[in-house]
Amino acid sequence: MKKYIFKRILLGLLVLAGVVTITFFLTRVLPSNPAAQWVGPRATPEQIAAAIKTLGLDKPLIVQYKTYVLNLLKGDLGVSLRSKQPVLTELKTYVPPTLELVLISTVFAVIIGIPLGLYSAKKKDKLLDHFCRFFSVGAVSLPTFWVALFLQLIFYRWLQLLPLGGQLDAKLKLMYEVPKITGMLTFDTLITGNMTLFVDALKHIILPGITISLYPIGLVARMTRSALLEILGEDYIKAAKSYGLKDNLILWKYALKNSLGTTATVLALSVGYTLVDTFLVEAIFNWPGVGNYISTAVMSMDYPAIIGVTLLSASSYVILNLIADIIIAVDPRVRT
Amino acid sequence: MNTYNSWKKIKSKYAQLRLNIYLLKKNTLTKWALYGVVLLTLIALIVPIILPEDVHVTQDANPRDKLLPPSSDHLFGTDELGRDIFKRVLLGTNISLRTAVLAVGAAILIGVPIGAVAGYYGGFTDELLMRLTDIFLGFPPLLLAIVIAAFLGPDLNNATLAIALSWWPWYTRIVRGQAVSLTERPFVKAAQAMGTPSARIILKHIIPNCIAPVIVQASMDIGGVILTIAAISFLGLGAQPPTPEWGLMVSTSRNYFLNAWWYSIFPGLAIFFTVLIFNLLGDGLREILDPKTRKN
Repeated sequence: MKKYIFKRILLGLLVLAGVVTITFFLTRVLPSNPAAQWVGPRATPEQIAAAIKTLGLDKPLIVQYKTYVLNLLKGDLGVSLRSKQPVLTELKTYVPPTLELVLISTVFAVIIGIPLGLYSAKKKDKLLDHFCRFFSVGAVSLPTFWVALFLQLIFYRWLQLLPLGGQLDAKLKLMYEVPKITGMLTFDTLITGNMTLFVDALKHIILPGITISLYPIGLVARMTRSALLEILGEDYIKAAKSYGLKDNLILWKYALKNSLGTTATVLALSVGYTLVDTFLVEAIFNWPGVGNYISTAVMSMDYPAIIGVTLLSASSYVILNLIADIIIAVDPRVRT
Repeated sequence: MNTYNSWKKIKSKYAQLRLNIYLLKKNTLTKWALYGVVLLTLIALIVPIILPEDVHVTQDANPRDKLLPPSSDHLFGTDELGRDIFKRVLLGTNISLRTAVLAVGAAILIGVPIGAVAGYYGGFTDELLMRLTDIFLGFPPLLLAIVIAAFLGPDLNNATLAIALSWWPWYTRIVRGQAVSLTERPFVKAAQAMGTPSARIILKHIIPNCIAPVIVQASMDIGGVILTIAAISFLGLGAQPPTPEWGLMVSTSRNYFLNAWWYSIFPGLAIFFTVLIFNLLGDGLREILDPKTRKN
């Protein structure tokens, strides 16, 4: 198994190297004009020529690639064309709020998605199953960006219960000192014990949190259901049934355990989806996260920022998949 | 002898089909989903004929009628230029379905040959192609499509291409697995022994025999692809105004929806129901065609 995990880690590294290479060449092969972007809209040809020199765009592609990779190994993601700040520094402030949303959605996916899939499989083709199936397929069919607008309409415009967007009320931001420990506001305010801020932060995270959770909940429920259905048809479950074991015991102890591999993979996958969903949702809720950052980057063709976010999300995706594979590898049936 | 065998084959295929149809009928949700898909296809085909896009909807601006709530004149209300949202939503069906089918088709055209070659040759070629596939799968879904679309420039065709370029690895994986086992089968061995060129074997023997699971996967993917197109258009990287594309409509509605709820609700519902119907059908098809889940 050690050999397997080692192989998987090597593959993960290879994939990351590939992702770096592909994104690099994408930005160079596809039509875009970084130099013009760098100097701004009213640049003279001389200024653009100077920018091409500064950005090293006049060198052969392979030399550019070498510099890019060497810088990357030093942890240098380049400088944003728009703000002229190092991309890494910018990402550091944008990552925690996104992480906060992703964490919330993952927790929801586990505590709602798994039981939903479980009961759906248990009561296959009964009313509950139809409901659960409908719900889980419905949740993965919803356009997240639209759900965001819909929730804003209901809870902000009609019921006037929750704020439209942002992380904190502007007035409260002036009245209190906002703690900065992890960068995840709900945690920070809770740790420092500032209840006014905590409640306000919570109010702000409810809508984006729900929006982002729907997809993972649906996906996890759907996959848990189909994995369980497959397992429930296996001989060892029939054997357990013929021993007279209680249905619930069989379901929770014997069947669920064997479906956890699938669930783990799906969970890892769904975090990947969630990461990208934040691109659409954060902009709507004015949430200061990576998604908001890349939306503006995409609009202004700020390629160092785009590559930075791509690398960040691809590496977390690769790592998550690696974790899922290792969890599966622990399963004795896969062990070689 | 030969005719007898092929007759038997047809008969067993027919029995298989009848069993599948029976299972489909038994599965209420899937049956309704199938009707839904038929209805959507009809809308997509017929509406552009009776409602010529340019005359009625894309340029039909009546500033006098802007942002009217739903009424008997305008079932879904009107948008900021006074265009009828109901007509635009109907026209959007064609755009979404057409681009989704195109994107999936292109992804299959890229993915299937790569998978077949990898599975047939095995060894180093296999390793190389499959690691390449792994790299493409290393991007979180949607992200690669967004990045490619961003660099290609905002346009619906570019977005379709971008989706195809990020979606093909899924088909490669399926086909490769099939191709590996097909390569060991007697008919392929026989073809090899007769000196049939590899390219011909792949085209005539491998690919036709692994197309069925690809079709099933494709039917399951259509919903996701429709959603992806809407998302890319929502970001402003897909369809451009005045195209009546659903994602773009929701995106434009962002400036008005707090006072004109109908503007974002209806195009969004259109996306939701379309994707839902395709997902329900895909889900049901998988359940029917997969003997593992069928036996309970």
